[in-house]
Amino acid sequence: MSEDLAIETTGLTKRLGHTAVVDKVDLAVPRGSVYGFLGPNGSGKTTTIRMLLGLIWPTAGSFRLLGETMPAASSRVLPQVGALVEGPAFYPWLTGRQNLRRIDAAGPDGQRKTRAARIDAALTKVGLGAAATKRYRAYSLGMKQRLGLAAALLRPRSLLVLDEPTNGMDPQGTREIRNLVRELASEGSTVFLSTHLLSEVEQLCTHLGIISVGKVVAQGSIEDLRGRGDAMLRVETEDAGDAAQVLDRLGLESIVVAGEVVSAQLDGQRPEECNRALVMAGVGVRSLTTDRRSLEDAFVALTGEGFDVAG
Amino acid sequence: MWLADIGLLFRRVRTRVLLLVLAAVPIAVAVAVRLSGEGPSPGSGPRFFDQITNNGVFAALVGLTVTLPFFLPLAVAIVAGDAVAGEANLGTMRYLLSRPVGRTRLLVIKATTVTIFCFVATFAVAIAGLIAGAILFPIGDVTTLSGDTLSLAAGTLRIGLAAVLVALSLLGLAAIGMFISTLTDAPVGAMAGTVGVAVISGVLNAVPALSWLHPFLLTHYWLSFGDVLRSPVYWNQILLNLLVQAVTVAVFATAAWSRFTSKDVLA
Repeated sequence: MSEDLAIETTGLTKRLGHTAVVDKVDLAVPRGSVYGFLGPNGSGKTTTIRMLLGLIWPTAGSFRLLGETMPAASSRVLPQVGALVEGPAFYPWLTGRQNLRRIDAAGPDGQRKTRAARIDAALTKVGLGAAATKRYRAYSLGMKQRLGLAAALLRPRSLLVLDEPTNGMDPQGTREIRNLVRELASEGSTVFLSTHLLSEVEQLCTHLGIISVGKVVAQGSIEDLRGRGDAMLRVETEDAGDAAQVLDRLGLESIVVAGEVVSAQLDGQRPEECNRALVMAGVGVRSLTTDRRSLEDAFVALTGEGFDVAG
Repeated sequence: MWLADIGLLFRRVRTRVLLLVLAAVPIAVAVAVRLSGEGPSPGSGPRFFDQITNNGVFAALVGLTVTLPFFLPLAVAIVAGDAVAGEANLGTMRYLLSRPVGRTRLLVIKATTVTIFCFVATFAVAIAGLIAGAILFPIGDVTTLSGDTLSLAAGTLRIGLAAVLVALSLLGLAAIGMFISTLTDAPVGAMAGTVGVAVISGVLNAVPALSWLHPFLLTHYWLSFGDVLRSPVYWNQILLNLLVQAVTVAVFATAAWSRFTSKDVLA
């Protein structure tokens, strides 16, 4: 019952037949966060999102969006929610602009006076200005995805629910989308980003929930979750032996020397302290990195089989 | 949203082709009769057929008579079957519902669009027939089935009434189509199912042994629209037809509503 949560679910469950596709999920998405909803394919991400948007009914549990109980408050809350669910979907025989006009006219708050301007702004934002009068049929996968985002951006939104927004995009498009998400977040929108790409989470998200086989196995801020896995320090130096000794003295564990690379578990030590100690001890440090794989390790550890489709 | 939905339907190439094909039927009939030189012998061909050469306006009625058993139901089945399942199939349903558009409201909007299509389709046939008939044959006072004459204006008005009755005849099938459309995410399945209903009703109606069943069949009174060309108009069958359609619409609209408002949208 917290007002500072954009999404709050309590025991949210969806059973299809005998299997619980989503099983007692308790999500807490803080307002203003970029929340990565990470899980392998088939883990229940999209089913959860469908419930949040009122497309399917929960078997059990309840949820609140933007502080209001759903689905009772749908007509008030959903206009503030922009969504891209399971890929874009539009009418192939209409142009991009006609499609946006239709979806805007469908809802209660798509003011006609400002419609044309808002549509143009949204199209420009996603880089589709030039293709606005092309039929959707002729769009490439990336363009379709962009149009889907444009639809989500037609009005100012408090909450954006984006289901795999970079699907089918080329690297250039992926970068643009990531910048767009950052921009939206900096304007104050909460972004709920479902993805199976860890890199996306690492680059964008402030918070993370990991779902596996219908259950949330971990949730919290990125720093918290990263801390749970043991971060690795990786030092490249010609004085590998000396470096290993210094690190050992600092209390790092599992020190491995491989040629000119020394790696060790940080075990709570701050990397900048390690660096200072190394330099003070006269070790020529060529590069020093903390291994970001820790998040991936945490993910694989928590979800088991990594990216395989859950049966 | 109401206008947008209607625009959505009529911007679609498929819809336009359907309407063109429907309009082509009475035109083809009129042209064929004109080219054959002499008129058909009295009593031959579909109802009103032998009248075309006397009075071109009858081409509209022949058009309705010819298209009602198959072409019109087919067109209605395509549009009604697509109404809900088509949105589900494209995936646009999830964006409409999360917009949010209330499910009841969406269904009412779709029903309105389908109803309008029933009228547009029927009038496409009637108007194309009137125009083709007027160009290819003399037109003038309209002789009714009872033998009286009506002025051309009054006769045309009766033909308009006939077209309205034909459009209303299609609403029962349209409601069934929309109900089937809420059961599936495959529009083709819903269309086929709806056509199937019309065909089965037609077949049962042709089996004399089932005459007890005939008055309850969706299509049994369909051709009653011709009774507006009697003087005075013979309302009995026409009203029975409207009753059958009204009951069908009530039953299947309720079923469609209860299904659609409770279903999980997974597409």
